[in-house]
Amino acid sequence: MPVNSSHTLLTGITKQDPRAIGRAISVVENNLSDAAEILAGLDPKRIENALVLGITGPPGAGKSTLTSSLISELRRRNKRVGIVAIDPSSPISGGAVLGDRIRMMEHALDKDVVVRSMATRGRLGGLCASAGATVRIMAASGCDVILIETVGVGQSEMDIIRLADITIMVLAPGFGDDIQAMKAGLLEVADFLVVNKYDLPGADALRMEMQQIFVQKEEESNIPRVLETIASENSGIKKLIDSLHSFEAYIETNSIKTKRRHEALDSETLDWIFEILRPRFTEQLKKDSNPQQTDPRIRAQQLIANTPNG
Amino acid sequence: MANQKKYNQWQENELAASLNRFPERKEEFTLHGEAEVPRLAVPVEIDDNYTEHLGFPGQYPYTRGVQPTMYRGRFWTMRQYAGFSSAAESNKRYRYLLDQGTTGLSVAFDLPTQIGYDSDDAMSLGEVGKVGVAIDTLADMEMLFADIPLADISTSMTINSPAIVLLAMYIVVAEKQGVEASKLRGTIQNDVLKEYVARGTYIFPPQPSLGLITDIFQWCSANMPLFNTISISGYHIREAGSTAAQEVAFTLANGITYVQTALDAGLEIDHFARRLAFFFNASSNLLEEVAKFRAARRLWARIMKNRFEAKKPASMMMRFHTQTAGSSLAAQQIDNNIVRVTLQALSAVLGGTQSLHTNSRDEALSLPTEDSVRTALRTQQIIAHESGVADTVDPFAGSYYMEQLTDSIELAAEELIAKIDDSGGVVSCIENGFIKSQIEQASYDYQKEIESGERVIVGVNKFQIDKEEKPELLRVDPKVEDTQVASLQDIRAQRNQNAVDDRLAELKQAADTGANLMEPILGAVREYASLGEICSVLRDVFGEYRD
Amino acid sequence: MTTPYRVLIGKPGLDGHDRGAKFIARALRDEGFEVIYTGIRRTAAEIAATAIQEDVDVIGLSSLSGAHLRLFPEVIKELKARGAADIPVLGGGVIPDEDMEALLAAGMKAIFTPGTPAATIIKSFSDACEQ
Repeated sequence: MPVNSSHTLLTGITKQDPRAIGRAISVVENNLSDAAEILAGLDPKRIENALVLGITGPPGAGKSTLTSSLISELRRRNKRVGIVAIDPSSPISGGAVLGDRIRMMEHALDKDVVVRSMATRGRLGGLCASAGATVRIMAASGCDVILIETVGVGQSEMDIIRLADITIMVLAPGFGDDIQAMKAGLLEVADFLVVNKYDLPGADALRMEMQQIFVQKEEESNIPRVLETIASENSGIKKLIDSLHSFEAYIETNSIKTKRRHEALDSETLDWIFEILRPRFTEQLKKDSNPQQTDPRIRAQQLIANTPNG
Repeated sequence: MANQKKYNQWQENELAASLNRFPERKEEFTLHGEAEVPRLAVPVEIDDNYTEHLGFPGQYPYTRGVQPTMYRGRFWTMRQYAGFSSAAESNKRYRYLLDQGTTGLSVAFDLPTQIGYDSDDAMSLGEVGKVGVAIDTLADMEMLFADIPLADISTSMTINSPAIVLLAMYIVVAEKQGVEASKLRGTIQNDVLKEYVARGTYIFPPQPSLGLITDIFQWCSANMPLFNTISISGYHIREAGSTAAQEVAFTLANGITYVQTALDAGLEIDHFARRLAFFFNASSNLLEEVAKFRAARRLWARIMKNRFEAKKPASMMMRFHTQTAGSSLAAQQIDNNIVRVTLQALSAVLGGTQSLHTNSRDEALSLPTEDSVRTALRTQQIIAHESGVADTVDPFAGSYYMEQLTDSIELAAEELIAKIDDSGGVVSCIENGFIKSQIEQASYDYQKEIESGERVIVGVNKFQIDKEEKPELLRVDPKVEDTQVASLQDIRAQRNQNAVDDRLAELKQAADTGANLMEPILGAVREYASLGEICSVLRDVFGEYRD
Repeated sequence: MTTPYRVLIGKPGLDGHDRGAKFIARALRDEGFEVIYTGIRRTAAEIAATAIQEDVDVIGLSSLSGAHLRLFPEVIKELKARGAADIPVLGGGVIPDEDMEALLAAGMKAIFTPGTPAATIIKSFSDACEQ
């Protein structure tokens, strides 16, 4: 493995060199020593201007296919696109099969489509930090739009989705139970609801049901929030992107975007705090090999109090 | 005896009619010239349970076979799948096989042909002529069947997504031999649904693919009545790692989808159902495989009768081809494969197959050599002529275990089919990954058993040897790709380009309007339009499937 | 926490038999690898470009159609063209002995034939990742 200095990687990112971008993401994801230097050297202007979209929904609703269609349309509009595709790691082995790429392979040779598959790695924290850093690296390499794709089932995915400026929830007919279970949580987070596979029976009913839930959101922004697509046929994609851009303008004018960026920054920061502190306290725990205190909460407080600052 | 009446009726009706049409191979079947081998062993008491679950061969629900005398009348068709490199090389192999006593041809196409790419397409790199013969234009097809009288043989073609194009080429070659389409016998695989879950040679999305299949059904039911227009295949589903019950379930679920599509297009069930053929895998668990074939036959008969309300017996009869399991062949101690193939072939015969391909011993290493192919064919001939299993019909019937296993496979398959129905049918289950994930899980579990040693594969994870002699292997000449590309370019230079352009434009128009595409494709093929050119027109109209 | 190895499992060419590739992908996952599976029917260029984007430690290729002599070296060539000749490439399939030498000479790190135990294959992936 060739050694890359953070300087070389930063130059590579600016020049849109795929190797440097991929390598830099690994450095940050694995929290190697150069991570801080790389992140500090990214172009803040580009990061600020990029639009970050979160795409979530139950497995089988067609997220990856929709993502691929969105990429095609964004490329037609001459946007450079980044994709962070997140899949769960196996809780037992820690490994993962990251298969989302399969549906995006038609873009494999397009230099302006940057894809990174990422496993959750069973992290309690850290995932937000890694995904957030990946988004920043992609943005700094000139990506105008960055899509974060996750399976919308767990709390950690909810956290990830908070990184996005705009969140899209993808549903399809035939996911009755999943949808009921998600209504309370993710539907609140979602700005847009996409009823994919609109050619399947039951799609109309699903759209109507969703529209009822979203009626207030639609009225306040005057932008359609429940949209239908057949991603496999690229149908409905143009309208979806137009609506996303209208919504982007809407959240920029009333400072919602700024507020969301602040929230994202907070949750990433908190994540980084855990990431940075964990090794230090792991070290402390090792030293405290024969603990007097057997209550974990009290022990934690004592350890924090006894750990030198800085 | 409670109900001998039904037995007598069968003898007087189905059996008598069959004997009348097809006399048995011998006047009498005996053991050592003494004891007579019964045509059909039956229980002492023929009760309702027997007639409902088993019935007599050639009688609903066909558990015991689709003909009253089965192999006492005629052996199964010994059909060896073959084809490699160029049309000329494959033609030589076919003529060799016909000389050796094979009774039907089975054409293997290379992957570019199966996926609708010309040999000079960038996607074809390295694949031309590798797993089968490369066909670009009618000229290749003419060479493939040179000096083989198409009126006298039946030809099976393993072609799916672009089946309509290869079928058109076959029809035109026959035309040039002076043989009408109505005289042609054979089968095209034409089963695109399993490609999305198991074999991977899809081109278009499922809906337009089903449209092409319906076009073939329609055209052939009017013009090519002796030709089987589809071979609904469980073979590849099993090769991908499914269980026996999954093989039955997913194959029959695909069958249901084809039937429903044809009905929706306005076809009459009893017009086309008899031209549906099936294709199964024969794996090494002999008893399970025999039960699988019997269960599949019964379940299909019930589906056709109850679900689709077919009236003609021929519509309910599942006729199938079998191939021994390629994935069971080991690269170690390859002669062991001859034994595996023997067991597998035996299960197919005991299960009542209509035709059979036996794999060659060296196929885990490369395409088979001529010697290996001969041994594979001899295996079938030994089962037919020496083993005696062909002298009586459905010899396992009535075994407690066999009937239990038949019932349980049928039940498991029925349950899976119901699950697919509930989830919106096969196309939905392809798109949401259900079928694929079921197969993958079964495959993974099976392989894990081998890795852990729980399942013994002789010579692979037990009884290994250190040094093995290297067998002589067949190599496809690497120059085939260049030669094929050159000859395609010659054809392009010689043909009437204006006529080709016109025919392709007509094809595009027909595809845009949803017309039957058989005639426009026949027109294009006659002018030597290439497979890739035709498929590219269709790709533009239908789009491409992405996994 | 040790960092999981990242590998790409790909099928160059037109062969759709992915039973072996998928088994290896899952077996690697069960050993703690992060596996990027690119599916069937990929060109060498697509595989190389993806491997670079995903910054994988190793590439594993599978082909059962006999096209390995053309396709495996083609992936290596595409990696070189993109300045990533350092990513090791392993391969598996129906590969006769005499082809094995040619493939190793072309830069493949290891070749597996049918019947190779998964443990052997996983070990080769680990070794290649460590290098």
